[in-house]
Amino acid sequence: MSARGPRFFAIGVAIAILLTLPLWIANSYYVNIASQILLWAVAALALNVLVGYGGLVSLGHAALFGAAGYTAALLLKAGHGHLVADLAAIGFTLFVSAIFAILSLRSTGIAFLMITLALGQILWGIAYRWVSLTQGDNGVNVTTRPRFFGISLATADAFYYAVLIVFALAVISMAIFVRSPFGASLRGTRDQARRMNALGYNVWLIRFLAFLFSGFWTGIAGLLFVYYNQFISPQVMALQTSAEILLMVISGGTATLLGPIAGAAIVVVMKNVASAYIERWNLVLGVIFVLIISFMPDGLIPGTARIWRSGWQTLRARAARGVRVS
Amino acid sequence: MKVQRRTVLKGLLAASAAVAAPPFLRAQAAPFKIGLLTVKTGPLAQGGNQMEQGILTFLTEKNKTLAGRAIELIVADTGGNPAGAKTKASELIERDKVNVILGPLAAFELLAITDYVRDNATPLISIAAAEDVTQRKANPFVIRPSATSAQCCHAMGDFASKELKFKRAATISEDFAFGYEQMAGFQRVFEDNGGKVVKKLWPPFVTPDYTPYIAQISNVDCVFNGFAGSNPVKFMRAYADLGVKDKIPLLAGWTAMDDALLKSLGDEAVGVISAAWYSSEANTPSNKRFVEGMQKAYGVLPGGYSAGMYVAGQCVEAAIQILGGKADDRKALAEALHKVSLTDTPRGPVKFDQYGNVVGDVFIRKCEKKDGKLVNTVIKTYPNVSQFWSYDEKAFLGNPVYSRDYPPAKNLE
Repeated sequence: MSARGPRFFAIGVAIAILLTLPLWIANSYYVNIASQILLWAVAALALNVLVGYGGLVSLGHAALFGAAGYTAALLLKAGHGHLVADLAAIGFTLFVSAIFAILSLRSTGIAFLMITLALGQILWGIAYRWVSLTQGDNGVNVTTRPRFFGISLATADAFYYAVLIVFALAVISMAIFVRSPFGASLRGTRDQARRMNALGYNVWLIRFLAFLFSGFWTGIAGLLFVYYNQFISPQVMALQTSAEILLMVISGGTATLLGPIAGAAIVVVMKNVASAYIERWNLVLGVIFVLIISFMPDGLIPGTARIWRSGWQTLRARAARGVRVS
Repeated sequence: MKVQRRTVLKGLLAASAAVAAPPFLRAQAAPFKIGLLTVKTGPLAQGGNQMEQGILTFLTEKNKTLAGRAIELIVADTGGNPAGAKTKASELIERDKVNVILGPLAAFELLAITDYVRDNATPLISIAAAEDVTQRKANPFVIRPSATSAQCCHAMGDFASKELKFKRAATISEDFAFGYEQMAGFQRVFEDNGGKVVKKLWPPFVTPDYTPYIAQISNVDCVFNGFAGSNPVKFMRAYADLGVKDKIPLLAGWTAMDDALLKSLGDEAVGVISAAWYSSEANTPSNKRFVEGMQKAYGVLPGGYSAGMYVAGQCVEAAIQILGGKADDRKALAEALHKVSLTDTPRGPVKFDQYGNVVGDVFIRKCEKKDGKLVNTVIKTYPNVSQFWSYDEKAFLGNPVYSRDYPPAKNLE
């Protein structure tokens, strides 16, 4: 029970910080960085459903991310409204996710990874080569951001709050998912697939639904991305994006709620902020990942929690033995 | 200097003196900020570094002062992708509050940020080649002192058909928009002059071996290539190794035979004829200073990426001169940049059309070996070439943008 107090306190502080962020960060550039962290965190949380709770490492999520972005961008360009474009984007992403799932869930492990990778590359190829539809690597511009209840999202602050709301919904839905019987059964298929099968669970269906759930939030993140950048081009769907989202999940800590968020923050901050000061920021990012993997193989958040706990216990043990703590 | 201060004072006196005094002090103290969007990591880093060297050479020569204003240069690395370009553009505009942005390098980076710089009213001087940025999507805040993708290729199409009397050509270039636009420009002029493009080949950007593509080339008078980055080096080596070079002359766009590449090339490049908007051989006073500065500071022969940024620096200087004390007004700066007309730049005279694209010379060069060193010797100069070549501007803009399918290749065999 004693651990609950600080945890609620920490969550409260985090919420307060997120809510008031644009007030004390006066510069819109940093507000935009915060928006980017949150939108990538949604993508990382979505991938974490498969990687962390399902034990299914996908390298094709950038394609789902881009599918949503492209659908919305192309429909907007064709003159449709934001609502139509966004709903169609989510619908199409779910459809693509279902196809991905049907093809890739015939296997697990490395084979699953390779199939998702191949499918992702196919979608990237379509975006790159089907020039008459996607304009190839010239990309598609999105001229306006949507309005919510009459509030334009054109400014950095307004957009930040919109992303924050979506992010909060994503976190809540993930938290509910993890605690639900469905989440438990997904973890069951990760740890003991054959036993789950023997117990009468439909392992394939559980994984399929998890894939759709993951695809849904990846699509939402893709929509946020295209509205943030107001531009989409095939590079978004390339393998590098898939790998980056996976790195966010793994470095932050798989099968945790906070891990992917922390991972997203590290990657976005290194890529965008640190790169302004350090020319070899790629190298620094690499070193950070190596350090995390070396000292916290389970990821940043679980690792920090472990070190924190053991340090706390040592202190308490010392105090109990009457040793002075300096 | 004195004149400038007086004009500032005049302007300020017109306003209320009480309000005017503090901004006056600020305007004198604050440096004029130039943001450079370049690529320092990833496969495009070579060109990105050359861009940075180009503007640094210019600022060093000018002692970091342009038209009496102290200059602060802020360099941002986009990583060579559109989302990175957007984030870095927002860093330069919203955080660093730069007066003008130079760059970015790649067409897809430029296309990702043109709307953004317009919405934030910040002038941008790019060397990225995407045609539509100064055509169907022209933007009052963007100027381009280098060239559109096809600007030099139009001239090459003309030269190949009229002077070299070639009748049948094959084209080869990377499978992306810059390649499509270059090849389309060449094909259009070449075919309008009676030639025929009978084969168009599109290897992917990353091609380990060009042999299968070169093997498809036969029964043509020339091959026009538009490779970029380090690909031209690989391609030309394969082209010569396979013995095709001795039979079919090779023509090149500006990135495929850039002067900065010469140090990486050998005998395989001798005889290649290229069309470029910059030549390090050009005999203008500013080019001599530029080449000397680049050799002194970096020990390299400059190419288009560096020259483009040097010229961009000259444009900024000229625009500040036009505006006098009002150079901090970004909208006025964008308008002034469009009006810039320079007689002495490393690439020759420079002025801009109403869409913000340069009207300047295009050089036809032949690669030769002199004293054991490769040089691109200028053999013909097309003066004052516009992005529309000799075509009617309205009709040109009424057509779709150059692409893999436009203009249609009717003579493929």
